[in-house]
Amino acid sequence: METATTKKYTDSGKQDTRSGFGAGLTELGRKNPNVVALCADLVGSLKMQDFIDENPDRFFQVGIAEANMMGMAAGMTIGGKIPFAGTFANFATGRVYDQIRQSIAYSGKNVKICASHSGVTLGEDGATHQILEDIGLMKMLPGMTVINTCDFNQTKAATLAIAELDGPVYLRFGRPKVANFTPEDQKFEIGKAVKLYEGRDVTIIATGHLVWEALQAAEKLAEEGISAEVINIHTIKPLDEEAILKSVKKTGCVVSAEEHNFLGGLGESIARTLVENHPAPQEFVATQDTFGESGTPEQLFEKYGLNAEAIVEKAKKVLRRK
Amino acid sequence: MKHELKKLEDFATQVRRDILRMVHKVNSGHPGGSLGCTEFFTILYNEIMKYDTNFKMDGIGEDLFFLSNGHISPVFYSVLARNGFFPVEELNTFRLIDSRLQGHPTTHEGLPGVRVASGSLGQGMSVALGAAQAKKLNKDEHLVFSLHGDGELQEGQNWEAIMYAAGNKVDNIIATVDLNGQQIDGSTENVLPMGNIRAKFEAFGWDVLEIEDGNDLQQIYDGLTEAKSRTGNKKPVCVLMHTEMGHGVDFMMHTHAWHGKAPNDEQLEKALSQNPETLGDY
Repeated sequence: METATTKKYTDSGKQDTRSGFGAGLTELGRKNPNVVALCADLVGSLKMQDFIDENPDRFFQVGIAEANMMGMAAGMTIGGKIPFAGTFANFATGRVYDQIRQSIAYSGKNVKICASHSGVTLGEDGATHQILEDIGLMKMLPGMTVINTCDFNQTKAATLAIAELDGPVYLRFGRPKVANFTPEDQKFEIGKAVKLYEGRDVTIIATGHLVWEALQAAEKLAEEGISAEVINIHTIKPLDEEAILKSVKKTGCVVSAEEHNFLGGLGESIARTLVENHPAPQEFVATQDTFGESGTPEQLFEKYGLNAEAIVEKAKKVLRRK
Repeated sequence: MKHELKKLEDFATQVRRDILRMVHKVNSGHPGGSLGCTEFFTILYNEIMKYDTNFKMDGIGEDLFFLSNGHISPVFYSVLARNGFFPVEELNTFRLIDSRLQGHPTTHEGLPGVRVASGSLGQGMSVALGAAQAKKLNKDEHLVFSLHGDGELQEGQNWEAIMYAAGNKVDNIIATVDLNGQQIDGSTENVLPMGNIRAKFEAFGWDVLEIEDGNDLQQIYDGLTEAKSRTGNKKPVCVLMHTEMGHGVDFMMHTHAWHGKAPNDEQLEKALSQNPETLGDY
């Protein structure tokens, strides 16, 4: 785990995580001739156009046919390619679970499943286009690495890093522009937690869009004299159990925060780790076994309790249970 | 043909014995479709494909084969073993615990010759297409072959792949369909009529040819040779192969009963007597 800073994190300018993916993919196109990309009619949404412009021969438009896309991606690895297959998270997981299971995970294929518009951030399009179950679906597959990044810079770094890993990866990112606060030149270590704030009273472990919210929550808690440790878990599987246990042994309680159903998500993985090693009170900032609905991302985050205020509230609750 | 017809007949007969003994030993597996595709596998691996038994997963510089209807694994395993991919004795472990010969093929156990898991139907053509596209990127002139059941074409993913292949002029692939007209619950006609499969492939833009007797070695050889000559023509190539499920064992033919059922001791003896040992049992 990296050393935590004491300075406040600042938003260097809102950007979307999907653009971080697009920027990473473009850079990969220049440096790794084996990288190929596939998309199911969502090139604009996945920000793949720059890669396509520079590498037209290495891009495969499969149309609205996600099952075929996953199978083709698996097949391309057999020719030594590193396929990045992109679509919305719902169609990249739930729709093609069996294709991923048999042709990619069970077959041990080096496919990178790149899932945009995860969680509820597709907003107004509503539940059919959102997904709050994808982390669970992907983490249950043996051999699958599951990554959920928090901002533009981290998503770009993750995109570059997963090309170096030999094996299937699920890379999850979102739609809206969010604070970009991690360093541009960061080293992305798959499976390593990043400690953002050092604290002593409560551990807040967040992933994806809720990492920024966790930082805001920690500052609010500090104003009330509560010292929160904040950990960014970008890799949900394999989970950095050592980092989690070290922090919770110090603080004695934990709040997990994710844009996902509390069933099957990061919070459950943390809970299992604690139960097996160091039982401690935990509160979950996550959706409570519900589908999403139409609304702006901000409205949905508020309705489903996925923001800094919710994290503060859960932190206070878990402190009372210590 | 590289080999005399008699040698190929002996090979096919021995493969039939392997299939029957494999499924009998564990009292599970799929003999019907396996027996029906024995001639196809015999010709494909002995006459048509260029491959290296020193197995490399990426398959660069060789022809590739993908079995989409993975339940006919006995014929696949037997032909791989008898062509030197792994020891023939290993057929003895089919479907047993700790075996590389899983009920349905998988890469998971590292069995040479198998490049993707199959069993859950309908996925093989997509994988074959991906491999074919990778060959084009690699400027590798070798071909990609695949085999699909006719009932399997009921899975919608096939038609996504069929559409993609023609739309993108993937002309280094030969997709073969085992047209035996049977599936688990009965005939394809009774379970879900599929209409004119040839017309469907042609309507999607494929170059289609048919092998009238898919259990005739010479006809399979001629058909696959013709199919090879039609590659590189900006169209994917489909071979519709009319076969008889259970071919070579009289009581297993003309029924779907042996799709996924093993013979008992008496039935095995009868079936083997119709397929006398040629190359030696494992």
